[in-house]
Amino acid sequence: MKGDKKYIVAFLAPALLLISTFVYYPFLKSLYLSFYRTSGFFDKKFVGLDNYKRMFTDDLLGAATLHTLEIMLYTIVFQVGIALVLAVMVDNISKGKQFFRTVFFFPIVISGAAISLLFVLIYNYQFGMLNNAIAGLGLEKVLWLSETGSLKAVAVPTVWHYVGFYFILFLTAMSKIPADFYEAAKLEGISGIKKTTMLTIPLILSDIKVVLILAITGTLKVFDFVWILSRGQNGTEVLGTYMYKKALVDQNFGYGSTIAIYIVVFGLILSIITNRLLKREEITY
Amino acid sequence: MQQVNGVNTVPVERHRSGKRIPLGTLFMYVCLTLWALTTIYPMFWIINNSFKLSTDVMNDSFSIALSPVLTNYETAFDRINIGKAYANSLIMSGATVLLVLVCGGLAAYVLSRFKFRGRNALSSLLVATLLIPAFATVVPVYELLIEWGLVNKYWGLILPHTAGNLTFAILVMTAYMATIPKELEEAAFIDGCNRFNMFTRIFMPIARPVFASASIFVFLWSYNDLFSALIFVNKENVRPIVALLNEISSQYGTDFGLMASAVSLTVVPVLIVYLFIQKYIEKGMTEGAVKG
Repeated sequence: MKGDKKYIVAFLAPALLLISTFVYYPFLKSLYLSFYRTSGFFDKKFVGLDNYKRMFTDDLLGAATLHTLEIMLYTIVFQVGIALVLAVMVDNISKGKQFFRTVFFFPIVISGAAISLLFVLIYNYQFGMLNNAIAGLGLEKVLWLSETGSLKAVAVPTVWHYVGFYFILFLTAMSKIPADFYEAAKLEGISGIKKTTMLTIPLILSDIKVVLILAITGTLKVFDFVWILSRGQNGTEVLGTYMYKKALVDQNFGYGSTIAIYIVVFGLILSIITNRLLKREEITY
Repeated sequence: MQQVNGVNTVPVERHRSGKRIPLGTLFMYVCLTLWALTTIYPMFWIINNSFKLSTDVMNDSFSIALSPVLTNYETAFDRINIGKAYANSLIMSGATVLLVLVCGGLAAYVLSRFKFRGRNALSSLLVATLLIPAFATVVPVYELLIEWGLVNKYWGLILPHTAGNLTFAILVMTAYMATIPKELEEAAFIDGCNRFNMFTRIFMPIARPVFASASIFVFLWSYNDLFSALIFVNKENVRPIVALLNEISSQYGTDFGLMASAVSLTVVPVLIVYLFIQKYIEKGMTEGAVKG
């Protein structure tokens, strides 16, 4: 159409301007800063790869990486696992489907901060919900946010929060499987667990892959739960909280940026690996 | 809670066999109900405790608040000014949604309808943008905001949040608008409609569903994002509710009643909205999965 060029520019401009200013430029600037030693905002000195060298010898970063990987393991096994089991079950029942959908999904809409605060009250040593219950049973109270158990304690709300999300993704995928697949299976006498493992799961494999990648990259962004429940102490430091502490609490922008770049690269590598491991033919109905 | 019991008492019968409830089905209902309890009971517990005095919460957090007190809510509004935090959250997340819809809608319209050089490159660039997490942009954004004097101002959170959500919104909206039949525009064009009117009169009304699900996703994401809020807007007069919750956990960590009421105040309104528009929220959130 005539005069379209004017509209193309005018319509794209606001969005591109915002994204460039607050995403592309800062991202490149982070990359740039990762080669500098900084103190405060204005004083910076080019140090080449020093920050990256420091990164490889930084034990705290190593620990944060391991903690993140541990949470990732729980996420893959429990979050995705529970979501899949629940979805299979809801797919197989006839009454109350909608009720379970509603109830399982609702933690998603609640902020991580509010859930963290809830778990502060649940885990509290003296008066928390868990120790209240334990004391009621006449057992000894447990220090939930201890030096050894904190990471697991933080992983629980992290896992719990998003189970419903993957549950819905799985359930949606299952509802797309044509009914005649199941009818054929029924004629063959396949039912129950066999039907699930031989028919349902293979058919939604591509969705399982998507969910796994989401779960893995999502774990790299864990921040709220760790920050509010333990401030990263007692062996719960994860990549997000460590980056926050270095860059914004210590105001070490150079090294903080290096960690941020590390998180991006780490996430890319993990998604590529997952993609490779789960490479399979796509199924179309 | 009643609903859970309701599910248990529903007579579950298999139509095809007409037999009693198979053991497998019963087992599934037990498992599902148990998981449902893990989501319902903590909410009930915290709302219940928010109506008790802190000392009562500490002594027995399981008892039902038969004579509810509003002390905690009074403290929440008077001492920590949770009302102000609420207003801040609504203003900032609301403005973010509006900006994303306007800027994103226009861009999506162009990407779905116009042919121009560099369009495919632009689309690929947008997809790649989804891989950049907030961690990788936060420091330079903070510098920019300081330079412009926007730290601890509403715009200090609105602008980064808008930019952070635009990419995802543009991609979702473009996909949807690409399915709108071209004949509509041609007819409008013959009637003398210009491009802008075409967008406001034809595209906006037809694309309402995708605007709705994008709004929901963007709103919830922005409303719940603690990381940016802690850095960009953590002063008392601009602080959104998530940052206030963080503050409560460090400053009032021993006031159980207050904490319970703060959590309830954050959660209950969202839950009520959720119950009404659950379908849209489910849709909006799962479409937003790519962004995460």
